Amino acid sequence: MSRLRLLSGPDLAAGSEALNAHVQRLGPLPAVGPGLFDSVERSGLTGRGGAAFPVARKWRAVSAAGGGGALIVNGAEGEPQSFKDRTLMSLRPHLVLDGALLAARAVRASSVVLYIGEEHRTAQVTMARAVAERPEHELRHGRVVLAPARYVAGESSAAVNLLNADIASPTTRPPSPHEGGGGRLPTLVQNVETLAQVALIARYGADWFRLAGRRGAAGTILMTVAGAVTSPGVVEVEAGISVREVLELAGGATQQVTAVLLGGYFGSWVDAASAWDLPLDASMLRERGLTLGCGVVGFLPVTSCGVCETARIMEYLASESSAQCGPCFFGLRALATTSGRIAQGIADPGDLARLERWSREVRGRGACHHPDGAAGLLQSALTAFATEFQSHPAHMGSQVA
Amino acid sequence: MSKQLAIDRIRCDGRGMCAELLPELISLDDWGYPMIASGWVPDQLSAQAERAVRSCPVLALALRSVPVPEDP
Repeated sequence: MSRLRLLSGPDLAAGSEALNAHVQRLGPLPAVGPGLFDSVERSGLTGRGGAAFPVARKWRAVSAAGGGGALIVNGAEGEPQSFKDRTLMSLRPHLVLDGALLAARAVRASSVVLYIGEEHRTAQVTMARAVAERPEHELRHGRVVLAPARYVAGESSAAVNLLNADIASPTTRPPSPHEGGGGRLPTLVQNVETLAQVALIARYGADWFRLAGRRGAAGTILMTVAGAVTSPGVVEVEAGISVREVLELAGGATQQVTAVLLGGYFGSWVDAASAWDLPLDASMLRERGLTLGCGVVGFLPVTSCGVCETARIMEYLASESSAQCGPCFFGLRALATTSGRIAQGIADPGDLARLERWSREVRGRGACHHPDGAAGLLQSALTAFATEFQSHPAHMGSQVA
Repeated sequence: MSKQLAIDRIRCDGRGMCAELLPELISLDDWGYPMIASGWVPDQLSAQAERAVRSCPVLALALRSVPVPEDP
């Protein structure tokens, strides 16, 4: 597909699009009628923050619970390899704001909170400038809140917790933010890319949205391509294109690729031969036990070691536990230490068996999905790099996938 | 009515009372935190399960009659 959607318009190198250019190109913000829920539903749009939850269902849940809470525009983007949310905010801030205003009106949110990673300076500045360009009545109750630079800060209950209690740690579910409960108003937390898609669906409709997409998938997705590719970075692709095609869009591989990390640090390692034809679509990957996550695809070159890479990621994820739930805090620490021993070639005889057992046991045993994501990544590594885990020589210092 | 055991993972401190009182359904992991057998609590264990819930010193264990909905 040569025609971009979220990233169409003026040359991307020119930076952020101003309000007048945005309105000239796309027309004014459409009015919100009852049809918007239906359009969003028929489009099949799912959340682009990682969980791929159906957007219309979340909106209906917030509405059914009475609405009235904030709309949290989630641009925390805590995934270290992901750049697509900050890129979108930096280049097309008014698309994000349009979607936010539409969603806020649809679910009767009382205010709009732009939740942006504290380290994402360009995105913050661009979004704040975009808010200032808007007519005063549109975003009277809008403000920017900085997300702490932690992996879990973008988790929806953590975002709500930061607003309520000044701490960006996840809380126990139920109730989920969209259900309200505990004296709190139902809150819609929605990723920035998801909202930008809503801005286009509101203008052009569900059928138009579904014109893009291969093999039955709908719409476009922003992906971050990382690792051994000629041009790493953010690309907008049709949902359902293959891993091979996304590699071509990134200029091809710089070295032989041995494995692909799909879906970021909560995702899965897949050996290269099995990866090439996989469709990049949330539901099609889920059917295969994989995840699109927030749209990161990392290509591991033959010169890097999958075991060392995995050990490094597990170390990161263990240190990013919010340390609230025992199985996550102790379990991920143990998984990281043990993978580290294997990577360093100083493993105890029982280490591999322990990794296998613990990675099964910690799943589903946290308030949020942090332990599930970390354990899933490790389990995929134990399969994709089975031989390497069995007999790993002592070497550290592989490069980032 | 059939019920399911549910743990508030943030509250749970790994005291281990539940596994003592309901070893049929609850075991402890290597760090002392409970692992619950999936599914409904069988009728013959419901009294024991209620005792385990009442005995949790940090009130982290509960019996729920409604399954937790799918959630983003």
